[in-house]
Amino acid sequence: MLVEAKSGHPAGSLGMADVFCTLYFGVMNHDPKNPNWPDRDRLVLSNGHICPVLYASLAEAGYFPKEKLMTLRKLGSPLQGHPHRGSLNGIENSSGPLGQGISQAVGMALVAKREGKTWRVYSLLGDGEMNEGQVWEAFLCASKYNLDNLVVIIDRNNIQIDGTSDDVLPLEPLTEKLSSFGWNAIVADGNNTNALMHAFDLARSCPDKPSVIIAKTVPGKGVSFMEGKFGWHGKSPNKEEGEAALKELGEARRKLEAV
Amino acid sequence: MDMHLVPDLFSAGVVKKANRDGFGKAIVELGEKDSNVWVLTADVSESTRTHWFAEKFSDRFVQVGVAEQNLAGAAAGIAACGKKAFISAFGAFSPGRNFDQIRVSICYNNVDVKVHASHCGLSVGPDGASHQILEDIAMMRALPNMTVLVPCDLEQAKKATLAAAKLKTPVYIRTSRENVAVFTTADTPFEIGKANVYRDGKDIAIFACGLQVYEALKAAEELKKKDIDAAVIDMHTIKPIDSQTIISFAKKCGVLVSAEDHQVDGGLGSAIAEVLAENHPAHLKRIGMKNSFGESGSCSELYKKYGLDAAGIVKSVEEALKMKK
Repeated sequence: MLVEAKSGHPAGSLGMADVFCTLYFGVMNHDPKNPNWPDRDRLVLSNGHICPVLYASLAEAGYFPKEKLMTLRKLGSPLQGHPHRGSLNGIENSSGPLGQGISQAVGMALVAKREGKTWRVYSLLGDGEMNEGQVWEAFLCASKYNLDNLVVIIDRNNIQIDGTSDDVLPLEPLTEKLSSFGWNAIVADGNNTNALMHAFDLARSCPDKPSVIIAKTVPGKGVSFMEGKFGWHGKSPNKEEGEAALKELGEARRKLEAV
Repeated sequence: MDMHLVPDLFSAGVVKKANRDGFGKAIVELGEKDSNVWVLTADVSESTRTHWFAEKFSDRFVQVGVAEQNLAGAAAGIAACGKKAFISAFGAFSPGRNFDQIRVSICYNNVDVKVHASHCGLSVGPDGASHQILEDIAMMRALPNMTVLVPCDLEQAKKATLAAAKLKTPVYIRTSRENVAVFTTADTPFEIGKANVYRDGKDIAIFACGLQVYEALKAAEELKKKDIDAAVIDMHTIKPIDSQTIISFAKKCGVLVSAEDHQVDGGLGSAIAEVLAENHPAHLKRIGMKNSFGESGSCSELYKKYGLDAAGIVKSVEEALKMKK
């Protein structure tokens, strides 16, 4: 997708693939044939730049044909460079400017909570995104309203555009910070679906508090030359790099299928 | 067309109240009729008159604290669930601080959120320049999907809010704190996008919005004594702008004046200039803030100093008429 688009964000998209897989194929109640089903769980992507993995997940789940994936970022495509609500089934919110998705997730969860609905809201944030003040406004608000139907997943990959998050604007001690904001803070290996399933179970069983899963991920996961490198935050691979990446991922897939 | 203004418009007996009260009353009325109406505020519920709604419908009222970015975002999320959400704060902070959230979370999502800004313009007075938002109309009217309303008094603010609620798209409603004459009545017409001509005139047309409408009416009385026949048009809707009315007065009078408690760049005056330039070039003098911040003082003192009261409008009209010759 990114080779074809000639721009986009590969590192976060690859690093969060396991989280998306867990959510769409293990955790969330949703129906690709009825995308506006009122009682669906909502996935609110706050860090919109990792939308390639959102689009791929939606296509895999059956929201739209996979052929459309190759239109990413092209004129007339519903697969906008950053997601646009209304362009594509399954997109709950327009996003791009960081910090905005989590507030919308808070609003949705508040409606569900007050109206006694059983659906849940999952909001995905980047760790660099947590530099934004709005994120902390939203954390305070969710805690005030005891939104135990809200789960925030932080992509703790420690990279952002200008370097590591430890260098750009340190977040640690993150778990303690979030706990002190009144959240049920859970740390999990974000590239291990079993660990993630367990984390989502822990979130579901915690009453009266919103939950946050700090998902420790490897940016560029599965592609050796991208793993852990902040330079791949917002740079698409060229044709050769793309082929090499797909070859590695294909081999990993074959190994998994053989198990 | 009869505009049903209060009789004896300029007498001391005309009731004076802030137009923010009209918004507050309207949302209570809406809340009673429609259980999908939600209201959010950012630690200014009494000042923005959302406390009346909060007292009645606590289960649909949200207090986010001093957090205007989250205010706009949470409202967008609530609206995405099929609700009609009103956010209410001081204009200096919403949209002053949360333009990006209004742009993306509200307008790009195109959700049913109404942005009510109270305490707008110089009229907020003693609080000083930091609190006198004079750029909000410019910001809001540039946004796709947004409708922009600037009511002139309490009655009109109520009607504007009720009319906004009928739309399922974003609307910006601008009010003020100052107690001013309630000179329109329940029978005065209000239609989004259709200017109200309160007074016809052949020499010059004064287009005003918000608190300047009443000042313009007073100015027209003064001008009459000087044998100048001025029309007064209430431009309660800045977007979509009523081009037809602007063009027809440009043809009739040849010279127009705009008056607003806002920067002349980007506000009502600019909107009128755009219509004229593209359709029927005519002279226009814009009254408003000219590339400057405000300062502390009472509303009347500030309106006098910056030429936004009736006397200032009279002076500008006389200058504008010289352009015509």
